[in-house]
Parts: sequence; C-alpha cells; structure tokens
Amino acid sequence: MKTRTVELTVGVFVALGMAALFMLAMQVSNLGNFTGSGDSYMISAAFENIGGLKVRSPVTVSGVRVGRVDAIDYDMKSYAAVVSMRVDSAYDRLPRDTSASIFTSGLLGEQYIALEPGGSQDNLVDGDRIQLTQSALVLEQVIGQFLYNLASGEPEEP
Amino acid sequence: MLDGLQHLGRLTLCFFERLGRGNLFLMQTLAQVPGTLLRPGLVLVQTYSVGVLTLLIILVSGLFVGMVLGLQGYNTLVDFGAEESLGVVVALSLVRELGPVVAALLFAGRAGSALTAEIGLMKATEQLAGMEMMAVDPLRRVIAPRFVAGFVSLPLLAAIFSAVGIYGGHFVGVGLLGVDDGAFWSQMQASVDLRGDIYNGVIKSIVFGFVAVWIALFEGYDAVPTAEGVSRATTRTVVHTALAVLGLDFVLTALMFGDQGL
Repeated sequence: MKTRTVELTVGVFVALGMAALFMLAMQVSNLGNFTGSGDSYMISAAFENIGGLKVRSPVTVSGVRVGRVDAIDYDMKSYAAVVSMRVDSAYDRLPRDTSASIFTSGLLGEQYIALEPGGSQDNLVDGDRIQLTQSALVLEQVIGQFLYNLASGEPEEP
Repeated sequence: MLDGLQHLGRLTLCFFERLGRGNLFLMQTLAQVPGTLLRPGLVLVQTYSVGVLTLLIILVSGLFVGMVLGLQGYNTLVDFGAEESLGVVVALSLVRELGPVVAALLFAGRAGSALTAEIGLMKATEQLAGMEMMAVDPLRRVIAPRFVAGFVSLPLLAAIFSAVGIYGGHFVGVGLLGVDDGAFWSQMQASVDLRGDIYNGVIKSIVFGFVAVWIALFEGYDAVPTAEGVSRATTRTVVHTALAVLGLDFVLTALMFGDQGL
C-alpha cells in the first residue's frame, strides 16, 4: 500500500509537470496560435524601409492575421529590404496586385504588414513578389518633415 | 604578516581541493547514473521525497508570486493605459526568470537541505562506510538515485511554478482588476515565443536542477561527520545553491536573451 501511494503521487507529480509544460507551450506561447508549418505558402515584398519590423511579426488582411514574417533580408542589387512572409493556405486567393504596407498597431505597438487586395483576376502563388509596397512610417522622419514645414511656413504668416 | 599570508594560502588550497573533490564526485556520480536507471524503484522513492514533497510549497509560492506580479504589473501598466499587456508581463517574467530561479531557490531550501542533512547523517553514523563494507557502492545505491530524482524534478517544478503563477496573475488581473480576458491571453500568445522564451526557461531550470542537486549531494557527502559538521554543510548547501543559481542565471540570461534585439 505504501509503495502504491508513493508511485501514485510520483505519477501525479510527473503528470502535473508535463501538463504545466504543455500548458506553457500551447496556451502561453504562440505555438497553438499559428504554427506556420505545412499548409502555408511564401510571398515576398521589397520595402524601402521596414522600420521596426521583426521576424515573426504578423501579416494581416483587413486586420485579420493571415500569416507571419518569415525572414528579412537586404537586397544589395535593388538596395531594399526584402521581407518574406508565410501566409496560411486558407488565404490563398489574394489577387496578384495586392499591396503591402507596414503599419504600427497603436501609437507605440509592434509593427505589422497589412496586405490590401487589389482587383486582379490572378492570385498570388508561392514564391511571388508583391510589387506595390509602402514603407514603414519612421517617426523621426515624420517629425522632421513636420518641423520643416512649420519652419518654412512661418515667414508667410505675417 | 606571514601568518596572514599562510592563512590565505591555506584557504586558497582548501578551496581548490574542495572544487576538485566536487568535480571528482560529480564524475563518479554521473558514471553510476546509467546503472541507477536500471533500478527505477530507487529513483521513484527519491522523486517522491525530493519532488512530490516540494510540490506544495512550489504551488503556493507560484500562485502568490503570480498574483503579486499581476497586482504590481497592473498598477504600473494602468498609468500608461496598457493594462492589456499584463498577460505579457506576467508570462514573460515567470517563464524567463522567476519560474526557474524561484523554483530552484525553494528547491534548495526544501529538498537540497534535506538531501544534505540526510547524506551527512548517513556519513556521521557510518552508514555509508557500512555499505562499503558490504560491497555496496554508496554512490550507486544512495547518491545516484537522488541525483537523477533531483535532476528530473526541478524542471517539472519550475514549469508548474510558471503555470500556476500565470493563473495567479490571471486571477488577479482578469478576475479582480477587470483586465479583458481575451486581451490577456492573446497579447501573451503574441509576445511569448516557444523557442525563445519557453525552451530557454526549461533549459535554465535543467541547469539549475543539475547544479542544485550536485551541491546538495556533495555537501552531504563531503560533510565533517559530526553534528556540527552536518549542520554547517546544510547551511552551506542553501547558501551556495542560492549564489550559484543567481550567478548562473545572469550568465544564462546574457547568453540566451542578450542578442534578442538582433
């Protein structure tokens, strides 16, 4: 009976530990959310400036998460950042003239890629490159431009 | 003056001698581990006393640490209107740091000191010598099962600590303070990375388990076989494990999360 109790409690302990690990993996991390393996396809896009975009950043259409950024490289030929995106195969009907923009969620949130479907009859397939892109808004540039406009606008006022 | 220098020299030599003995002890123990795995009964009993009996303190501490994190995190985040990020704060601090470290410290206090005292007393009452007389290798019969049990238990305990802590934070944040339930989990899932955060947390707890159980067993095995010696060894176990865990934590964190920005 004593041995049985010991074995039983050890079994419960190990099962509890495994359950905790499983819970951490599935519930807490992004594994259960979007695995990104198997049924997905790759598209890429060249951006002049990707701002703070990172690998694993979300890719969205109309705010719905459809994939994630798989890799970010710099192309020395065109002097642009090439972002490879892995998109879930459930969303394989994106038109060929879809445009990609880098936005920020909220004022200080993380950056993500927003795809905007165009009107083409053909769809994007694995390995395609999106032609229409809009770079990330870099806050310093915007502020600089604003200050520049402010400064150049001032003398005309009086 | 000369006496002082001699004293310093003796301390240094003693330190290195102990370090060498500790390493030899580890090597000999590791050599006995495969043999121990053939007798799972011994490991099972030790897992009970090392792991299962530590479970309660881990559960209760994890719950309260998570609840405090939820409370403190909420009070700070609400100033920025970012209380939805509470899940991220709670989960990342638990999975990356607090889970492995606090579980290891509690483990050293609850199980490590008990291991040292037990083995030290075995040595003081010459049970270990008696085993050797009967051609039973005490490393194999006594030390190695405890080593395996501690090594297996701590990662599980750390995972339980983190999981319970997250539910504690969830209880305070969502249940009491009114953070949105969906935002709590979804922001957590968006920010916590399986490989970057959870695996590294588990690796940390495996390293801590190894170090904690090594120190505890060696201190017991190397204790001066008197009542005072055992009590000193027990104290040293807790102090050294705490120092080793915190120091290693810094090194591991620097290695694992140092280049996250790239």
